[in-house]
Amino acid sequence: MSKVEFNKETGPREVFCGLTSIVWLHRRMPDAFFLVVGSRTCAHLIQSAAGVMIFAEPRFGTAILEEKDLAGLADAHEELDRVVNDLIARRPEIKTLFLVGSCPSEVIKLDLATVAEKLNKRFLGQVRFVNYSGSGIETTFTQGEDGALKALIPLMDSSNEEKLLLVGTLANNVEDRFKKIFKNLGISNIESFPPRQSTELPKIGKNTKVLLTQPYLSDTVRDLKHRGCEIISAPFPLGIEGSTKWFLAAAKAFKISELKVHEIISPLINRSKLALESHKEILKGKRLFLLPESQLEISLARFLHNECEMDLIEVGTPYLNKDLMKEEINLLPDNTKIVEGQHVEKQLDRVRESNPDLVVCGMGLANPLEAEGISTKWSIEMVFSPIHGIDQAADLAGLFSKPLRRNQILTSKTLVTH
Amino acid sequence: MELTLWTYEGPPHVGAMRIASSMKDIHYVLHAPQGDTYADLLFTMIERRGQRPPVTYTTFQARDLGGDTAELVKKNIKEAVDRFKPKTLLVGESCTAELIQDQPGALAKGMGFDMPIVNLELPAYSKKENWGASETFYQLTRTLLKEKVSSSEKISPLRWKELGRRPKVNILGPSLLGFRCRDDVIEIQRILSEQGIDTNVVAPLGASPEDIERLIDAEVNVCLYQEIAEASCEWLRRNFGMEYTNTIPIGIKNTIEFINEIHNKLDLPLTNKKELEHKSKLPWYSKSVDSNYLTGKRVFIFGDGTHAIAAAKIAKEELGFEVVGLGTYSREMARQVRATAKDLNVEALITNNYLEVEDAMKKAAPELVLGTQMERHSAKRLGIPCSVISTPMHVQDVPARYSPQMGWEGANVIFDDWVHPLMMGLEEHLIDMFKHDFEFVDGHQSHLGHTATQTKNFINSDEKKEKNSKEGIIWTESGRAELTKVPFFVRGKVKTNTEKYAILRGIPEISDETLYDAKAYFS
Repeated sequence: MSKVEFNKETGPREVFCGLTSIVWLHRRMPDAFFLVVGSRTCAHLIQSAAGVMIFAEPRFGTAILEEKDLAGLADAHEELDRVVNDLIARRPEIKTLFLVGSCPSEVIKLDLATVAEKLNKRFLGQVRFVNYSGSGIETTFTQGEDGALKALIPLMDSSNEEKLLLVGTLANNVEDRFKKIFKNLGISNIESFPPRQSTELPKIGKNTKVLLTQPYLSDTVRDLKHRGCEIISAPFPLGIEGSTKWFLAAAKAFKISELKVHEIISPLINRSKLALESHKEILKGKRLFLLPESQLEISLARFLHNECEMDLIEVGTPYLNKDLMKEEINLLPDNTKIVEGQHVEKQLDRVRESNPDLVVCGMGLANPLEAEGISTKWSIEMVFSPIHGIDQAADLAGLFSKPLRRNQILTSKTLVTH
Repeated sequence: MELTLWTYEGPPHVGAMRIASSMKDIHYVLHAPQGDTYADLLFTMIERRGQRPPVTYTTFQARDLGGDTAELVKKNIKEAVDRFKPKTLLVGESCTAELIQDQPGALAKGMGFDMPIVNLELPAYSKKENWGASETFYQLTRTLLKEKVSSSEKISPLRWKELGRRPKVNILGPSLLGFRCRDDVIEIQRILSEQGIDTNVVAPLGASPEDIERLIDAEVNVCLYQEIAEASCEWLRRNFGMEYTNTIPIGIKNTIEFINEIHNKLDLPLTNKKELEHKSKLPWYSKSVDSNYLTGKRVFIFGDGTHAIAAAKIAKEELGFEVVGLGTYSREMARQVRATAKDLNVEALITNNYLEVEDAMKKAAPELVLGTQMERHSAKRLGIPCSVISTPMHVQDVPARYSPQMGWEGANVIFDDWVHPLMMGLEEHLIDMFKHDFEFVDGHQSHLGHTATQTKNFINSDEKKEKNSKEGIIWTESGRAELTKVPFFVRGKVKTNTEKYAILRGIPEISDETLYDAKAYFS
């Protein structure tokens, strides 16, 4: 293990809460609806985070708690019943309804599990109800997906069939690519979790070999283990290095030779290396500061250092699961400074002091940093863009080279004006 | 519990943030969990601000709840004061913190700071963003001017004469995330200045706590956005006798009325009214021959109270439209909106539910929608042109160019923004004359681009449904063929009218003849 420096920081944070993951989960499973039981703030949050991406009626909504709901919990349950009835009447195509807990519903101890259980009985055969918490007092940003997936595990049937299970939301085209490559390697029984239809949940058991595609799924992994699944330890499939090691780890679990893997993916690697060159030219030697947000920071730091030759100043992460991140941390250069948690003001002081060439941060901080002359890349783009896999390595690098290239264009001295 | 898919207003503490972020030397400590920091992006992304809002969130977590969250609040307040050294401190809580009852305002007041502290109690489960902004501005004004209440004599609007200077007014209400506030302020200041009136303070936008203390140096307050400034204006009137204006200077008539109102209050001689009309191009553009086609265009209006009311007046009196729907999500202004709607013979729609607005819009079958970004989406689905006239803010509503809604230039902007989504006059006239040409059959791309095809699909899908409608009306082949000859942009209206006629006459099947009968009946 490399001599990585671990630090913890506490204080005011500037990170999205777990509710935000609804924004990509609802696109992944078009037959599901996410009903946040929360406040007007929650409704405003997802609306602001989703921005203008949604043109049709969204597959998420908020049951806004009002004063009378706080007065008596029995009433709140009745009210929720009424809202769910209205919703299902309006959206009869919904097959799975996620009741999503929020900060206020957690604080008043609204028992969404019991509500879901009752509703499941009433709507048996029509709609399934599951519940999880996306509250900001318990979860950050991508942890919401962890909660949603964990909530689905009890609904998954058991099977001892040998299979590869890819866990974590991927862009559809990336997922198709992965499946094709695995098939070429000789692994033909592959399923995804979450599936593209909420009702088509994979069956799991002791011959299910789980390969994570996202690093923020601690609770899901734990529950899959309880169901007997085998977790394949690997770095995450970001960049050529991460993806190669990820394929190799899967191949090993399925007793496929390394030679075979190299034979299949070598052409991909060569092509991707070529594509990476132009981005590397821009990124090489540039100094990078990652603020905590998406939980992808460690993998991104590894890719941007090892493959794009950027220098790492600080790698922030909202929380650190050293077990899941073990393989990633091993690949980091010596003396990498990892900071878990956040004191946003102190961290921004360090940003200014170290004068980085690029900062990865949340949307609330990006423009103010740009105004100070520091180039930025939004974390949220990583969870919406197809960035996984060998074929996407150059696209991933492009997300970081673009702001720098843009800065060069805008500050270039070629246009002389008087 | 209220089910919301999209919402027009944020929670009240976002309203408070709008006031804090609009001002200088103010800091807001907000007792709130981590997720609530999303609100920063409203300012940094939507308004494209280069500074973070002056807000420190306590970002408490579940594990803090077992311990002493009050200590956490105090720690954050101290750190914020040390770091930002504000001249006035706002302290409040968001929805979740309200439930744990730490009373951060009271805690702050016990910490022995010198600067004024405003304790914001904004009930998150019954109030919304505009109310929160209004209450914050009111509490701030009250706190900073409280001590001067007893010593001050009532302010006469004629005081400027005694003091031998030009009259001074305050412009109250413009804030960040308000619709085109930045430009409205410039326009109104220019108009006042031309009339010999000086601006004392603009608040909250750009004001400091010292500026708030100087409010009483002016003679009259201009209440530019009632949603935000009316409570403060009323308090200043009660306690200092300061009068305030009621007219919102959006549109030519309102701008002239606004100038009249302020002149009357300040006892200033009025500039020639005819001369004022020429300050804007709207009256002439509206009278010019090309605008003939605007006559009686059916328009549906929905937005905040201030902009919806103003839009209705402009639409009817200055552009010659027919207002077929008027509504607002500002419950605080429901009374005024209802009154305006009554004058226009329509039923006011007061609702938070954008789906209800969409339904009303569909039913009213307008030719133009003036609404918020939500109505823009609904109108797009229905294939109706739309112009955005009101918050909630979208990055599109913060244009780089100078683009006010108020005053003379505002009227120019409104003419362009409202009229351009419609087909221009000569163009529409020609299309009507040559509507049987092959170019105008299905699929023809007008300036509406793909929405034209959408309209077609929309109507076609309706047709399928309505074959089994409860009225049991059937379109015969000849009827349907004739309907497709009608240009797409009026086809929906013709279809509805013909069916209405058929029902009226008890005709079960619509043929081409029925269509012409209906046309004659309704013309």
